[in-house]
Amino acid sequence: MTDSIKKIQLNDLHEALGGKMVPFAGYNMPVRYSSDIEEHKTVREGVGVFDVSHMGEFMVKGPKALDLIQKVTSNDASKLIIGQAQYSCFPNEKGGIVDDLIVYKIGEEEYMLVVNASNIEKDWNWINQHNDIGAELENISDSLSLFAIQGPKAIEAVQSLTSIDLSTIKFYHFTKGDFAGVNDVIISGTGYTGAGGFEIYVKNEDAERVWKAVFEAGKDFGIKPIGLGARDTLRLEMGYCLYGNDINDETSPLEAGLGWITKFTKDFINSENLKKQKESGLEKKLVGFIIQEKGIPRAHYPIVNTSGEIIGEVTSGTMSPSMGVGIGMGYVNSEYAIPGTDIAITVRNKNLPAKIEKLPLYKK
Amino acid sequence: MNFPKELKYTKDHEWVKIEDGIAVIGITEFAQRELGDIVYVEVETVGETIASGEVFGTVEAVKTVSDLFMPLEGEIIEFNEELESSPELVNESPYEEGWMIKVKITGEVPEGELLSPEDYAELVGN
Repeated sequence: MTDSIKKIQLNDLHEALGGKMVPFAGYNMPVRYSSDIEEHKTVREGVGVFDVSHMGEFMVKGPKALDLIQKVTSNDASKLIIGQAQYSCFPNEKGGIVDDLIVYKIGEEEYMLVVNASNIEKDWNWINQHNDIGAELENISDSLSLFAIQGPKAIEAVQSLTSIDLSTIKFYHFTKGDFAGVNDVIISGTGYTGAGGFEIYVKNEDAERVWKAVFEAGKDFGIKPIGLGARDTLRLEMGYCLYGNDINDETSPLEAGLGWITKFTKDFINSENLKKQKESGLEKKLVGFIIQEKGIPRAHYPIVNTSGEIIGEVTSGTMSPSMGVGIGMGYVNSEYAIPGTDIAITVRNKNLPAKIEKLPLYKK
Repeated sequence: MNFPKELKYTKDHEWVKIEDGIAVIGITEFAQRELGDIVYVEVETVGETIASGEVFGTVEAVKTVSDLFMPLEGEIIEFNEELESSPELVNESPYEEGWMIKVKITGEVPEGELLSPEDYAELVGN
């Protein structure tokens, strides 16, 4: 086993931009360039770009491609049309989640799976282990860069770089086309911020050229590079799960609120047991909450009821830069998992009142 | 990075300025940069006498939370109230407006454990 830290293609460029680089998921990644709060607001109100090239990409091809995807993922990929993407997860055999991912249908027998950087090796082994039907698999993680151009001004900021009308790319749809003079770029109406915009997949050799073109085109729109710090606060305001925090090898997709991507209209790994779990009722559920006083929840802080009894645990927490209050997610016993329920978070021996809220926590 | 000459430093990234038996304490420029945007400084130990190395408060950044440690033994006589409404002063001015507590020194100053600006700069790779 090697502990060496990998570098993404534009590592040196991020350092030159003043990015504070930290080891994350085995990669040296920019966590912030100036200020988490400023970067967060840039994405909510304008446009910013994340280099998330650490993410993993697997190609699945051939006549058995869909069969393999149907077997290892929880969502129903047979519903996808070419040019459509789908959020999904790999359930394991003991009730938990191997990883969450996005499935892209590129062609009739061609799919791309985009997985978390921290799980590339685990996922790759997992799908190969279950590929007893002969789907063609290729791990292209080391050859692709991924930029997330996010924010309400994303489209206008970079429209000049492509002949594709970006406003026609619908949420969770994508197209392949020219971008910044490079052909066959995947432009996808996805992201992890709830701020709108898209993600673009480019070959590593084109990464620098595309990044620079994006910043040149976006100059007049105040485009800025955004670090992973703001990425986390943006996703948490939306109540999106982060693998390793809110979901992991032990958490049930149903308890994590991912019932909407767990389709019992087909068989998949552990679908029988998950179906039984759904029928017999869930013990706990992942909820979002907002702190009612000054204070910030953090992962692993206890969640208590109004009598001070422990009813769960925080899995993610932060100060919301958009709202200026402490927000978080965590698992609570199902009886408490109702929006409007008063709870409290134990922060350094004090129980701070909080309220369970419907997701997203940040409502525009 | 700036590590003023007249201050002493700790391995926990606090600075201390000693004058007439009173110590003013804050966190270093390095510390505030590592933490990122500071949104909350919690000190509820005013009036207490706390031993060197013990926790006197907590600093909350957007992304992380960190304990604050006493660089020497003393009674906490004042908390910088400005930080209640403007915690960002710790980012903007860590050695001046962003000071955190004043302490009446009650024990021996652990001279051997406090670092010079040069030694602290070396510790943080500067």
